Amino acid sequence: MENKLRIEVPLMADRVSQGKFPEYLFWVGSAGAFDDRYKQVSRAFVKILQYLEIDYAVLGTEESSSGDVARRTGNEMLFQMQALMNIDIFNTYEVKKILTCDPHAYNTFKNEYPDLGGNYEVIHHTQFLYDQIKKGSLKANPSFLNGKKLVYHDPCYLGRANGEYKAPRKVLDSLGMKRVEMPRNKSFALCCGAGGGQMFKEAEKGDKEIFIERTEEAISTGADIIASACPYCMVMLTDGLKYKNYDDKIKNYDIAELIAMSLDL
Amino acid sequence: MIKQIVFIISLLLTLGVFAFTLRNLILKFKLTRPKPVRNIGKRLLITLKVALLQTKIFRKPIIGLMHALVFWGFLVILIGSVEMLVDGIFGLEHSFRFLGKFYDVIIASGDVFALLIRGFIIAFLFRRIFMHIKRFSGTEMKKWSHQDANIALAMIFFLMMTLTGMNSFYLLEAGVHGHEYTGVFPVSKYISVLFSGLSPRAIHLGYEINWWAHILTIFVFANYLPYSKHFHVFLSVPGVFFSKLEPPGKIDTMESITKEVKLMLNPETAFAASDDEEVAERFGVLDVEDVSWMSYFDALSCTQCGRCTAACPANITGKNLSPRKLMMDVRARMNEKAPGLIKDGQDYSDNKSLIRDYISEEEIWACTLCNACAQECPVNIDQPSLIIQMRRFLVMEESSAPAELNSIFSNIENNGAPWQFSQEDRMNWAEDLTMNSLK
Repeated sequence: MENKLRIEVPLMADRVSQGKFPEYLFWVGSAGAFDDRYKQVSRAFVKILQYLEIDYAVLGTEESSSGDVARRTGNEMLFQMQALMNIDIFNTYEVKKILTCDPHAYNTFKNEYPDLGGNYEVIHHTQFLYDQIKKGSLKANPSFLNGKKLVYHDPCYLGRANGEYKAPRKVLDSLGMKRVEMPRNKSFALCCGAGGGQMFKEAEKGDKEIFIERTEEAISTGADIIASACPYCMVMLTDGLKYKNYDDKIKNYDIAELIAMSLDL
Repeated sequence: MIKQIVFIISLLLTLGVFAFTLRNLILKFKLTRPKPVRNIGKRLLITLKVALLQTKIFRKPIIGLMHALVFWGFLVILIGSVEMLVDGIFGLEHSFRFLGKFYDVIIASGDVFALLIRGFIIAFLFRRIFMHIKRFSGTEMKKWSHQDANIALAMIFFLMMTLTGMNSFYLLEAGVHGHEYTGVFPVSKYISVLFSGLSPRAIHLGYEINWWAHILTIFVFANYLPYSKHFHVFLSVPGVFFSKLEPPGKIDTMESITKEVKLMLNPETAFAASDDEEVAERFGVLDVEDVSWMSYFDALSCTQCGRCTAACPANITGKNLSPRKLMMDVRARMNEKAPGLIKDGQDYSDNKSLIRDYISEEEIWACTLCNACAQECPVNIDQPSLIIQMRRFLVMEESSAPAELNSIFSNIENNGAPWQFSQEDRMNWAEDLTMNSLK
């Protein structure tokens, strides 16, 4: 605690030029690199990787869009260009395992890149953290934020799209906080409203914004913290809390941030 | 003998009409785009799970159990209906009795199910007519949709009534003649008591009336279904068999584009690959002949239950998108355009299309691709794939995506991110990063 340790995030190009092929590629993602709020999540997750002494590296300026949003907005041509370029880079660095905090990148790497010849073991950060907890190498401080109540919002592309409901909940439970569920949870969860390209455009005309509907549901649980695990969800829920004037009463954190905070990293 | 002849004539009529329907249907499927069917083993498994065991209907447990019991009852009673066909054609009675103990179980459970199903049908009709259930309404639910539901329910009710009637009078007749009867009838043996005072002639007549009413209703029902939303009864089980096996988050890769993109990224291969000239197919879906046969199958097996729409975040928040409507639109558009396409071929045009005349761009762009609709669908309909296909048409054929999306496309092309940040700044997030301790 006394000495601050400086973290140099290792670059894939540097490591490989030294003849070392890292075990994991940490895919930061466009939001993780550019969105001010989600940069904090990338930083928190990297701290955890350092803390666990994981052999990883990032692509840095060689990283580009995964193509997920292009594909989901119908631009298959652009998606395939991005995918084939990314696969080319992954193969150059002999990438075998990809870690990411973005369920959308996770989904497209895991389920869609194989069609174009890219086969990798893809791990969402919540799955990675759960794995480390199971192995005994990661123990969150259970007295962290004692007495606070927590609710988890399922990202569509981790939950419904890939059936991962357990890992994020197990990681959260290791924090020792009381965890509640929203009425619509797991496979019944309501989308935050940002998927399918909605993040980047005005919503169509309606009675209400989807992110408000979901934020209201989260507020109704009486939780002090909304935990999320997706950059889009984070933007939407944070906006929702602001809109409802709840941003000083309820905080929205990514699971990686909560773990890093509990470890006082 | 006369009974046999009348039966065979009505059966032939039924089959004739059905064959006509089937022929038209095959012609319509021929208009759609091909899609390969692989993994038969996995498909059988998913059919067992989702169709036969009805796993997804239980996401709404109470009404789900009622539907599942109706479905399982229908399967049992179907065996009895096949027996009636054999009996009718060959002038026999209870020709399946050779099945022994199994026969008794089938007949007994069919007898119980007939009563149960009548109860459920009344509950279903009550829900539809007197309770305000949100998912049964919506802009796409026109008067006909409601009538169609009620007609089918009424027919099923009548079928179950005549089945019990048939069984009850069969028991009475056996009693009158003092001979043994085949099968076990836990419900009808009590119903039959109500009619025990009738004359032998009236009892015989009662049996005949119920027998004929039952089988003729089946004949009419079978030919009504293909024109109703209850085509579901025939198509939902095969629909589940053909449904998507991949993780719900996976979108199909357009292989025709892969070739093009590889050429763009690697121009040297251009000469090697240029020998197989293909007819350029339209990208995505503009009209009904662009949909895959599977999407058309989905549209036919949809029974408009509305679970998809009730779970859709866009619909919940008042947007003009209803996944159920998309399925109904595909079916309606096919009915409208198919005759012309069949007659005049691919070039036929009625100056209308699925997009815009049926499904607006507003609907297509309101979707968050959250997959809640597909998750909810009890028969595994894949609504998101149709939405993606329509978006592909709008983006790649017309470049008519909303302006904000066009700018993220150019950002991704130019700087590799949907936002306008330079790729050179991709490591800025890691600047001045420090931590407290390393264990």
